Amino acid sequence: MRVVSIGHIADSYALIKLSPLSGSLPEGIQPGQFAQIEIPDSKSTFLRRPISICMADYDADQIWLLVRNAGQGTSHMVNSSVGDIYNVLLPLGHGFSLPSKQGDSVLLVGGGVGVAPLLYFGKVLFEQGYKPVFALGARSAKDLLLLDEFKKYGPVHVSTEDGSAGEKGLITCNSVFASEISDIACCGPTPMMKAVAGIAASRGINCEVSLENMMACGLGACLCCVEDTADGNVCVCKNGPVFNINQLKWQI
Amino acid sequence: MANLSVNIGPLRLQNPVLTASGTFGYGEEFEDLMDINSLGGIIVKGTSLHPRQGNPAPRMVETPSGMLNAVGLQNKGVDHFIEHIYPRIAKKYTSEIIVNVAGSCVSDYVEVCEKLAPLDRIRAIEVNISCPNVKQGGMAFGTTCEGAAEVTKAVRQKWPKALIMKLSPNVTSIVDIAKAAEAEGADSVSLINTLMGMAIDVKRRRPYLSTITGGLSGPAVRPVAVRMVWQVAKAVGIPVIGLGGIASTDDALQFIMAGATAIQIGTANFINPRISQEVAAGLEQYCQENGLNDISEIRGIV
Ligand SMILES: Cc1cc2nc3c(=O)[nH]c(=O)nc-3n(C[C@H](O)[C@H](O)[C@H](O)COP(=O)(O)OP(=O)(O)OC[C@H]3O[C@@H](n4cnc5c(N)ncnc54)[C@H](O)[C@@H]3O)c2cc1C
Ligand SMILES: Cc1cc2nc3c(=O)[nH]c(=O)nc-3n(C[C@H](O)[C@H](O)[C@H](O)COP(=O)(O)O)c2cc1C
Ligand code: FES
Repeated sequence: MRVVSIGHIADSYALIKLSPLSGSLPEGIQPGQFAQIEIPDSKSTFLRRPISICMADYDADQIWLLVRNAGQGTSHMVNSSVGDIYNVLLPLGHGFSLPSKQGDSVLLVGGGVGVAPLLYFGKVLFEQGYKPVFALGARSAKDLLLLDEFKKYGPVHVSTEDGSAGEKGLITCNSVFASEISDIACCGPTPMMKAVAGIAASRGINCEVSLENMMACGLGACLCCVEDTADGNVCVCKNGPVFNINQLKWQI
Repeated sequence: MANLSVNIGPLRLQNPVLTASGTFGYGEEFEDLMDINSLGGIIVKGTSLHPRQGNPAPRMVETPSGMLNAVGLQNKGVDHFIEHIYPRIAKKYTSEIIVNVAGSCVSDYVEVCEKLAPLDRIRAIEVNISCPNVKQGGMAFGTTCEGAAEVTKAVRQKWPKALIMKLSPNVTSIVDIAKAAEAEGADSVSLINTLMGMAIDVKRRRPYLSTITGGLSGPAVRPVAVRMVWQVAKAVGIPVIGLGGIASTDDALQFIMAGATAIQIGTANFINPRISQEVAAGLEQYCQENGLNDISEIRGIV
């Protein structure tokens, strides 16, 4: 796929939009699915890098990736230029499920770069007549990503750890959690997802989280990415990355 | 067109390209991305007598031009394979299906072989006496000539079809182990399994893998593998199957020139899921461009 635009956000993030070299995007990309990106010409990052699909824009035949510079592979991506070509495998994995009723109050909780898959999920929910609400957390105001995009699909509640935007504190302390919630979809650092899962479990809220285990193949072939679940060790890349919390063996 | 077909004991492969156990699932994970039937065959996941959960996460870490894994032979056991997976893949694939057999004692290996023997599409097994991940069994057999001989002998009595013994590189003399397997009636040896390795996360001051050590694979191991294949191919009379870091047609040719009759592709499948098909086509093209009538003309020419 070819980079058609790249927008840098703060020091270490980029929103990369990619189009197929020929033809159109594969049909039926689900929110929560991911792509495996090959980093060209590198011996130290020779495995592909898994990145969530932040948006599948069928009108423009583009996918969006929101990438945080976390090491060599992601640094290469963040420093791409328009016209660069990446070998991308997508869509992979199993995404978020739609809540049972359209009247349901769905909260999409994201932390840091983990907000990425929630944008596409928010769009799909919005277009299907649901009313998604977003709760987005970050270290500080500069790490809040794509707020204007999220606002297109529902109200956005914000928390920052240093109080530079929105409420001060962790996202799990945000006042939006006091409201009526039927479903939660969550993606972010593991401690955050565990805290959110704890709230959901104690209140009987249906909750899905997106895991980021280390992966090699991304295709369900190598069994490197497993998570211990109610069904034993299962592949995060194939059975996930999105899991209902009642499948997981988290101590919550 | 050049002849690419090769014989591994009584087993005939339409071309020398196989996929390595544990890196290609049961083929199904790749079937939307490539044509499985363009290969000589696939070697499915390590299969044990009883289901195994494998090791806890984290099970893998990337290293320069390679990776360490500690999957620990997770599989649902031979009965599950026979009931649920075999009927499906036997119907779909025309290329050979080879089962990689794992065990933690000799009788486990033998029992798995007995259960597989009636399956008519399984014309070969590859016996893993070398997996470095499993605390008991595995390692112990493949690291001594006596251990390798004992397993080969026991399996040979119950397995009339093609028998491939997969050797561990974590030994002083792989040639001696290969000879021991040949002496007990193996039809072929495949090498190498992963090299034992270790990597430490210095920030957290602890190993990356839950098992501390793991198996190194990928291009990083290739020179070691080529050397071992070359040594073994000179020393034994049975066909040698070479693997370890193959990621291109040229890599595959190195192994063939070192003496391998067939080759396997492992870790490279993770980066390019079509690589095995591309290498099969690449070998054919190489023969054409170099005026070879048969791929065997370059086998062991080094
Ligand atoms: C399903 C899935 C979806 C993801 N979505 C996104 C996304 O939308 N945007 C984004 O920026 N990142 C995402 N990640 C994380 C991203 O894959 C890693 O940051 C990336 O692989 C690191 O590669 P690197 O070469 O830059 O860093 P490396 O040099 O390989 O590692 C740098 C640091 O990142 C950590 N790391 C490496 N791989 C992973 C991983 N798979 N998960 C978490 N941490 C890792 C390492 O432990 C190390 O501390 C996702 C991961 C998964 C599994
Ligand atoms: C994730 C993973 C799982 C593996 N599982 C098995 C296995 O179950 N049985 C086996 O004999 N070898 C197993 N191997 C070893 C490979 O089949 C192969 O011998 C090794 O990786 C070297 O080849 P490569 O460098 O091409 O990957 C595994 C390797 C990897 C990377
Ligand atoms: S990364 Fe290979 S099975 Fe999930």
